[in-house]
Order: sequence, then C-alpha cells, then structure tokens
Amino acid sequence: MLVLEKAILATITTNASKVTAGTSIFICESKEEMDKVAANLEAILDGISHALSDEIYIIVKH
Amino acid sequence: MNEYTYPILFGGVTIGTLARIIILKTDYRQYPTYLHGKIIHIALGFIAASLGAVAVPAIMEKEFTAVTFLTIAASQFREVRNMERGTLTEMDGYELVPRGNTYIEGIAVAFESRNYLVIFTALFVTMAYLIWNVYFAIFVTIICFLLIKKYMSGSTLGDIVSIKEATVSFDGAGLYVDNIYIMNIGLPARQADIMKYGMGFVLTPKNFDVRSTIANLGQRQAILHDVSISLGVIRDSGTPALVPLIKRDLDDGRIGVFVLPQDKDVKKAIKVISSVPVLENAIRMPSESKAQNKE
Repeated sequence: MLVLEKAILATITTNASKVTAGTSIFICESKEEMDKVAANLEAILDGISHALSDEIYIIVKH
Repeated sequence: MNEYTYPILFGGVTIGTLARIIILKTDYRQYPTYLHGKIIHIALGFIAASLGAVAVPAIMEKEFTAVTFLTIAASQFREVRNMERGTLTEMDGYELVPRGNTYIEGIAVAFESRNYLVIFTALFVTMAYLIWNVYFAIFVTIICFLLIKKYMSGSTLGDIVSIKEATVSFDGAGLYVDNIYIMNIGLPARQADIMKYGMGFVLTPKNFDVRSTIANLGQRQAILHDVSISLGVIRDSGTPALVPLIKRDLDDGRIGVFVLPQDKDVKKAIKVISSVPVLENAIRMPSESKAQNKE
C-alpha cells in the first residue's frame, strides 16, 4: 500500500503567476496577509509552513 | 519440609525476587509505571526465580526431563518482551516527543533479559546452598548482585561524544544549529518563537565508530525524547512547527541537536544529554570490520 509520508496541503502566495493548480492556492495581496493566512492554515491543517521564497509559502504535513 | 525446602525458599524464591526488585528501577522515564506496572514485573520475577530455584533439585533427583520446563520459561519471557513492545508502541503515538522504535526495542529487550538474570541468580544460589552451605550461598548472592549491578547499566552518550552548547540562528527561512541545517520555518512569528525558546547543542563524536552510532535515527529520537522528558518541551498538537529535531553534519559526523525545553538551563541540558543511554541496537563498530583492519 502506498503511504504518502509528506504532502503539500496548501500553497500561499503573493505572486499568482508562480504557482499552478494541484493544491489549494491562497493568493494574498501583501506579505503581512500571507503571514496571517499561513499562520491560520498551519494551526488548522496541523502542518508546518515552509518558505520557498519571499513570495511562496507551502503548508506541509510531515 | 525436606532437604530442598530451605535452599529453594532462600536461594531461589527470596534472592531471585530480590534481584528483580533491585534491577527494577522507575526513574525519570516513569517506566514501568508505578505500582501496577511494577507488580507485574515483580510477579514475573518471582516466577522466574522459582523456575531457576527448582532446576537444581530436579537434577539432583535425576528428574532430567524437568529441565525442559526452562524452555517454557523462555517462551514465557519472550512474551514479556512482546507485551512491553506492544504497550510502548501503542503509547508512543500519544507522546509529544515519541520514544522511537529503537528505544522501545531496547526497553523490551532489557525486560526479557532481566528475567533470565533472575533465573541464573536463583539457579546459582540454590546450587551453592545445596552443594556447600548457606554461607557459601550468601557469598554467591553477593557476587551475583554485584555482577547484575555492573552489567545492567550500559554506557551513556557522555562516554562517546563531547557536548557543547551552540547558537540557534536563521538564514532566511533556514534554521541552523551552529552550521548544521535543521529545517525550514516560513512564518516570522514561528521564527520568533524558536529564537525565544530554542536551544542548540552540537555533539561531536569521540571516534570513528561513534559517528554511525549517533547517526542512527533511533538513537537521535532517544536523545530528543529524554531531553523533552527531563526538561519539558514547548510543543502542542496544534503547533507542528515547534518540533525538536536532530540533523547531521555530513562532513564530519557531528550532530546538531535542536530542542525546545521549558527549563532553559544549559548545564542541566548537557547533563541530561550526556546521560542518555547508548541504545544497544544503535551501536555500530566499523573499526571491527576486516576492511578497516587491513590498513
């Protein structure tokens, strides 16, 4: 049986042109909004938010 | 009452059970759990002691087939190991910082082997009593107890690594202990938490063999578990980003320990890390390999 150990649960970005569908994407206006959304999603999804760049955060379940 | 009554009662049952009580320590790990968990093991120790004690009279009476019941004892105590492993594995899912399978296996093996030690103690003491006399039996008892004490405490991490406190820092989103990369933390708020609560240590192996031992993921998990038990841990089920971790420096085999203790006492933390047991299953001896010795 295939068990996924890690999975991207959500993507949060301020630059919509850098991401495509595949996970839920949250597009934000500013860095502050992105931080807020990521903090909420982290608590809700019980995953860790990792920064890929200043514009993209992903929430990963470990 | 016959000539075997006192040797069995004194040698086997009393001394054997006493030996089990001596090596049944409930320390900071709180395992076996107080009272109920302990009673189970004292009872099993009593059974083991009785088995060891009656083996000698059985042989003296030329009842050689009676020795086969020792094999029943063996399967009985293997069951103890399975039981301990089962319970601890079940519980592990509910720990904030899990013990890890290697640590659990180590504990389970210790429980099984200690019962055999009790059997041997009972056997030797009864034998000494029957062949010589009670004074000789007391002498054998003391020797057995000393041996048990000596061999039941394995080595600790302090023997094989040197431990230093290290700085916790961020390079962008990357968390570092000294120069060892630990993990990526995205949220500035979490980064602030980590800078506030986190502590870092670097463990440098004292020789080449130790490199593979501390690289073992089970051994690393054991370090995290013990530190979190002894010093508390700042972590909850809804904050997965606050997680103690250990990563390895691929260049020289050092490991970087990142912990979130509630008691931020550096001296205490170093003491706790140095008294983490070296897990039997994690020990590797590359220096014993033929390829190494040819040079």
